[in-house]
Amino acid sequence: MRLATGGRIDRGEVLRFQFDGREYQGYRGDTLASALLANGVRQVATSIKLGRPRGIFSAGSEEPNAVIQIEEPFPEPMLAATTVELYDGLVAGSLPGQGRLATGPDPARYDAVHAHCDVLVVGAGPAGLAAARAAAGDGARVIIADERPDPGGSLLGTTELIDGVPSADWAAAAAAELDEMEEVRFLRRTTVFGYYDDNYLVAVERRTNHLGASAPADVARERVWRIRAGRVILATGAHERSIAFANNDLPGVMLAGAARTYLNCYGVRPGRKAVVFTTNDSAYAAAIDLADAGVEVAAIVDVRSAPGAAWLGRAQQRGLTVVTGHVVTAARGDSELLDPVRVTALHDWHVCRGALFENVGQWQRPWYYPRPGEDMEAAVLRECRAAREGVAAMDASTLGKIDVIGPDAAELLDRLYTNLMSSLAVGSIRYGVMCRPDGMVFDDGTVIRLAQDHFMVTTTTGNAAAVLEWMEEWLQTEWPELSVHCTSVTEQWATVALVGPGSREVLAGLAPALTVDNASFPFMTWRDAEVAGLPARVCRISFSGELAYEINVTSWHALTLWEAIMASGTVTPYGTETMHVLRAEKGYPIVGQDTDGTVTPQDLGMGWVVSTKKPDFVGKRSYARADTSRGDRKQLVGLLPDDPGLLLPEGAHLVAADVLPEPPVPMLGHVTSSYRSAALSRTFALALIKGGRERIGERLFAPLGGEGGGLVPVTVTSHVLYDPEGARRDG
Amino acid sequence: MLLIPCPWCGPRDETEFHYGGQAHVAYPGNPAALSDEEWARYLFFRDNPKGAFAERWNHSAGCRRWFNAVRDTADNEIRAVYRTGEPRPVTA
Repeated sequence: MRLATGGRIDRGEVLRFQFDGREYQGYRGDTLASALLANGVRQVATSIKLGRPRGIFSAGSEEPNAVIQIEEPFPEPMLAATTVELYDGLVAGSLPGQGRLATGPDPARYDAVHAHCDVLVVGAGPAGLAAARAAAGDGARVIIADERPDPGGSLLGTTELIDGVPSADWAAAAAAELDEMEEVRFLRRTTVFGYYDDNYLVAVERRTNHLGASAPADVARERVWRIRAGRVILATGAHERSIAFANNDLPGVMLAGAARTYLNCYGVRPGRKAVVFTTNDSAYAAAIDLADAGVEVAAIVDVRSAPGAAWLGRAQQRGLTVVTGHVVTAARGDSELLDPVRVTALHDWHVCRGALFENVGQWQRPWYYPRPGEDMEAAVLRECRAAREGVAAMDASTLGKIDVIGPDAAELLDRLYTNLMSSLAVGSIRYGVMCRPDGMVFDDGTVIRLAQDHFMVTTTTGNAAAVLEWMEEWLQTEWPELSVHCTSVTEQWATVALVGPGSREVLAGLAPALTVDNASFPFMTWRDAEVAGLPARVCRISFSGELAYEINVTSWHALTLWEAIMASGTVTPYGTETMHVLRAEKGYPIVGQDTDGTVTPQDLGMGWVVSTKKPDFVGKRSYARADTSRGDRKQLVGLLPDDPGLLLPEGAHLVAADVLPEPPVPMLGHVTSSYRSAALSRTFALALIKGGRERIGERLFAPLGGEGGGLVPVTVTSHVLYDPEGARRDG
Repeated sequence: MLLIPCPWCGPRDETEFHYGGQAHVAYPGNPAALSDEEWARYLFFRDNPKGAFAERWNHSAGCRRWFNAVRDTADNEIRAVYRTGEPRPVTA
């Protein structure tokens, strides 16, 4: 119940709130816990499994029991009632150990800031305040943070005097002094929750929670502080330890220091009759304060046979019974950063057309564009058919692009790619693979020669930064004598892949000045041209096996180009899933999907991309190691399930036996890509299989689980399943 | 999180950097002349001391330069930073 006087609450401001459907009143300065205690509410939660009643055990962030759910103004689960500042209109309820997340969007703003200081003081109790004053007095830039709304820490719950004034007043004066100092930042309602290397600390400031529905919408609800400090002073004080005894979770069992805080901070008497159980002197002050507030203190039970004489004397003077050498054995009771998102210049168009998206690296890429009534399978089959039989377009802007320029540019590329780039003619394009020194595939892409000393290379979407860093690493650490500059131009260019037997006609319509016949504009060449009235670079590159073009314009012109392509009326937009199916039908691997850092170009059936003429390139020496020429290396092959409708799961293992032997079962490899093919009218997969090329024609089994291991028969084929002779490339 | 003194930019948060492993492991002048064992030693073997360790860092979200640091692996204290190509400084 509420005492007539006392506490640091503002009795002039009455706050209305609801708990478990009932209306209550409290005061400004209350926590939800103190207001509930003032209203005689003892049970505020139940335990998660057994439904045991739980009450309020502490007066701070250490609260283990009183875990509640806020319903209004915005749902938030699993909050300690002892740390929720009361506000008008708060609606909360008890929880059975598990909360409910909000189902609607959170309208609040959140932000994060970086800060630096000479001294960070964590905690604004007596020690923290004194330390901050001393440091600030010496001219240091100080940040002092405390989780509670008011500075003072333990002083707030006590009745002692400091420098002759009540301790809470001393704390208020010290805090006011610090607030006045220019180089001091006082963070209230701020919990420092992480302390990392080199004095890097992270804190969260609750800025508007305590204002309830009246919180201004333009102020962040919570702010994360990332603080780099010269020195750190941890003045966090201490939590009182609980003592284990049977049923010590019953409502009514409370830390002695918490009982004292409710009396002195909130003017709340937490009960009528109390037993104070202790192992040390600190509980005696609580017992005396309780008695002074009218609580009947039945006994102080002290485990020590000889308690400290001073406090023992005071208790006895107050007429309290002290039972020494005893313990309480049982109580019977009376009754809850960040990666950036990258989108292309065409993102809004994709969204409007109902595209579903997939994350590739940090990029959001259109996955497929379902039409009304289509599921993913139907949409992808339709998109695939359009690319193979008509004309289709994809936003390929996320491809990594690196501008490589300088007198030694060709030399650098010769050293980093497995094949020869210096022989590439200006105006031409060459596919290339980069490997690590161990010979394993690291990335692949195309190299476009713009001038004798100027190239643009493309990388896989997810590896763009890594490839640039790789180039810089070799240039800076091994070959500083090479005169080359490498610059990321991924976002400067928007790229549209125009694919299919009808693509030449569409391009010719958009670029009347460009000669598009095969002899004038052959495969793996590029031309600067005006496309849809825009300056563009058109490359004849195909990642599908079909006649195809990659049209590059500045990102500002992306939408104009795309809309002009779509306005032709014959072009189907397609997403990454269709791209994956088309490339897999041709046996083109995706680095990172069909490779895993243990795969050489030879394993992928791309021995042709590894130069035997160059004296050296990164990876070359490793192809002379015994390991890279083992006959049982895993090699990229195709798989055709006997059942043409069965889609193998990616990651499925392959075994040779048609009956599973006792484990361990020899594993031959695994499925890396698996799709339904419109062109093949069936399912197919790519897999890395031990000695795979030798096994072409063999029957293997995928144990998919179920009865008898669910062995699914498949036939090993070449990894090139569609148009192996390459007849479609020139349209 | 480490505070790493980039020799070009000054002290910056660790999140701005990429780690590059042991420093002063030069790419062999003529890999073809090496035995398999010598090549494997270059590829796969690195020191792993407790104490002062010379290692490479790339200030990837800053000046994009590679540099070397001597870090104590026991307490993460960075005893020295120096530019690529410079010899390892003497540290305590």
